[in-house]
Amino acid sequence: MTKWSRFNIVSVALGFAFLYLPIVLLVVFSFNESRLVTVWAGFSIKWYVSLFNNQGLMDAAWVTIRVALLSATIATVLGTMAALSLVRFTRFRGRMLFSGMVYAPLVMPEVITGLSLLLLFVAIGFDRGFWTVTLAHITLTMCFVAVVVQSRLLSFDRSVEEAALDLGATPLRTFIEVTLPIIAPAVFSGWVLAFTLSLDDLVIASFTSGPGATTLPMKIYSQVRLGVTPEINAACTLLIALVAVGVIIASIVTKRRELQRQRDEHAAFAGT
Amino acid sequence: MKSLGNIRRSFAPWADPDSKPFISFKNITKKFGDFTAVDNLTLDIYHREFFALLGASGCGKSTLLRMLAGFERPTSGEIILDGQDIAGIPPYRRPVNMMFQSYALFPHMTVESNIGFGLRQDGMPKAEIAERVTQMLKLVKLEQFAKRKPQQLSGGQRQRVALARSLAKRPKVLLLDEPLGALDKKLREETQFELMDLQQQLGLTFVVVTHDQEEAMTMADRIAVMSHGNVIQVATPAEIYEAPNSRFVADFIGDVNILEGKVKAAGNGRIEIAGDDFTVRTVGDASPAIGAGAAFAVRPEKLKVSRAAPADASINASEGEIWDIAYLGDMTVFHVRLPSGKVVKTSMLNAQREVENPIGYDEKVWVSFAETAGVVLKD
Repeated sequence: MTKWSRFNIVSVALGFAFLYLPIVLLVVFSFNESRLVTVWAGFSIKWYVSLFNNQGLMDAAWVTIRVALLSATIATVLGTMAALSLVRFTRFRGRMLFSGMVYAPLVMPEVITGLSLLLLFVAIGFDRGFWTVTLAHITLTMCFVAVVVQSRLLSFDRSVEEAALDLGATPLRTFIEVTLPIIAPAVFSGWVLAFTLSLDDLVIASFTSGPGATTLPMKIYSQVRLGVTPEINAACTLLIALVAVGVIIASIVTKRRELQRQRDEHAAFAGT
Repeated sequence: MKSLGNIRRSFAPWADPDSKPFISFKNITKKFGDFTAVDNLTLDIYHREFFALLGASGCGKSTLLRMLAGFERPTSGEIILDGQDIAGIPPYRRPVNMMFQSYALFPHMTVESNIGFGLRQDGMPKAEIAERVTQMLKLVKLEQFAKRKPQQLSGGQRQRVALARSLAKRPKVLLLDEPLGALDKKLREETQFELMDLQQQLGLTFVVVTHDQEEAMTMADRIAVMSHGNVIQVATPAEIYEAPNSRFVADFIGDVNILEGKVKAAGNGRIEIAGDDFTVRTVGDASPAIGAGAAFAVRPEKLKVSRAAPADASINASEGEIWDIAYLGDMTVFHVRLPSGKVVKTSMLNAQREVENPIGYDEKVWVSFAETAGVVLKD
């Protein structure tokens, strides 16, 4: 074990403070009794109660979750398909162009993505609302899924698929029974990534949403412009809790799988 | 098993002009872009044969196997399996199964679901699948591992699961891609014999790809030695070793001494070649032009090293000096330097070696061989 020198302790403390102080502040003040955001007046959960009674915020949250669930699922399907064709069909015409275009949204400024989508929806006369936000989020998140799934496919032993074909499985059954179960963890991570990206997107949602489809980040942003209320702090705290729980579950699952693998290998070497 | 051994000894359908090949490659060419992996290759494999494709990496042997499995389509030519052209048939409809070099086990399935996978694809009733899987597990002696996942098995056990899985559908032909490559030496030798027994027991045609000549020699009925997308020689292990048809084959299989010279006389079933150190007289029906360059290949164990001069020292004999000695336990290898400076390799079984007064370094010796000891190479 390395010894904890004073320097190490200070740098770790500073690093964490830099990362988490604003969040800690936000969480602490969500339990503030006072209406004033920066003055502590005692512990209370009244803002959480009033949050759940705030119909506007609750509606926005519901819209956000529906958009995120739907767009993440469709983006995962499309992104996985894109990754498969990029990894598997290495020689089709226009592959370079296709792969460039799949990844462009990763680096494209969101303002541009949002604006161009808005122009498209206006041009084709698509009424802006729930569906336009969902479509926009699919566009945004699909490439992230493609990147995650592609990196898994690159380390995938293709002879496993060949073995399935060899044993009489059609390409479709090979995909469903062999490929998909093996890449499932990556597909799931891609879905989680897409879900969280959609959950906290403000820019693209602002461009593409219409009346009746205000997402939570949009709602929070517009309310903050009128002044921060502790209700917003409470909403943010809940969001943070949600994300934290997700991350913790994901890492526990990963850790347990790793341990299981080590036990398996140990058992195999012991020859029992 | 004794009777099987007898059948085995007389098993030579390739020598019978009436027997029809089971697998025929006809003028097969396979190109990957500019690279020609298989070049206008023609090859016949017979029913129940244990056939080995032997060659260095990149010689096209794996490509040939993958074309038989259906993973690659030949650029031109046809592949006939049991009377049917299979070039256009996808891998999942071919009556062949393959055992992969990496084993390619399905990591998310247990041993028994791995073995039953192919049967499930065929829609076999559950009870029959279970029965067949049990049978296969018994065949490869893995009964107690049925519920394990592949990553819970050792390398040797995985290899046997892969074998059981590829045999479960009772394919017409089993393809094996470097089947023993990932095993350690001892296990590899044991498994070679297990594979041979299995092949005879099941009466299947096996086509194995390997770069290990010893493995090919041990297991195969016939070996095709490949190089640069071509078959150089197809013959039984003994023929390949005793009568290589080319310098490449002679060099690739085992150790060999190649004695160069010019044809001095030919006829009456004999060929004489005059070289720097030896005047070679050997049996051979070919009638090369007098004075043409010729190469004679002779294996180290066919060269005799002795202190005394042979009866006729003018033919198939030369003086020399012991240059190096390697004692290998079962035999001793001598490197003998001939008057021209050429060093030949000879080996002597230690059962024949004089224990009291063994031949030592720098000793003057005679190297000699019989008329039937080697072959004149064709190129």
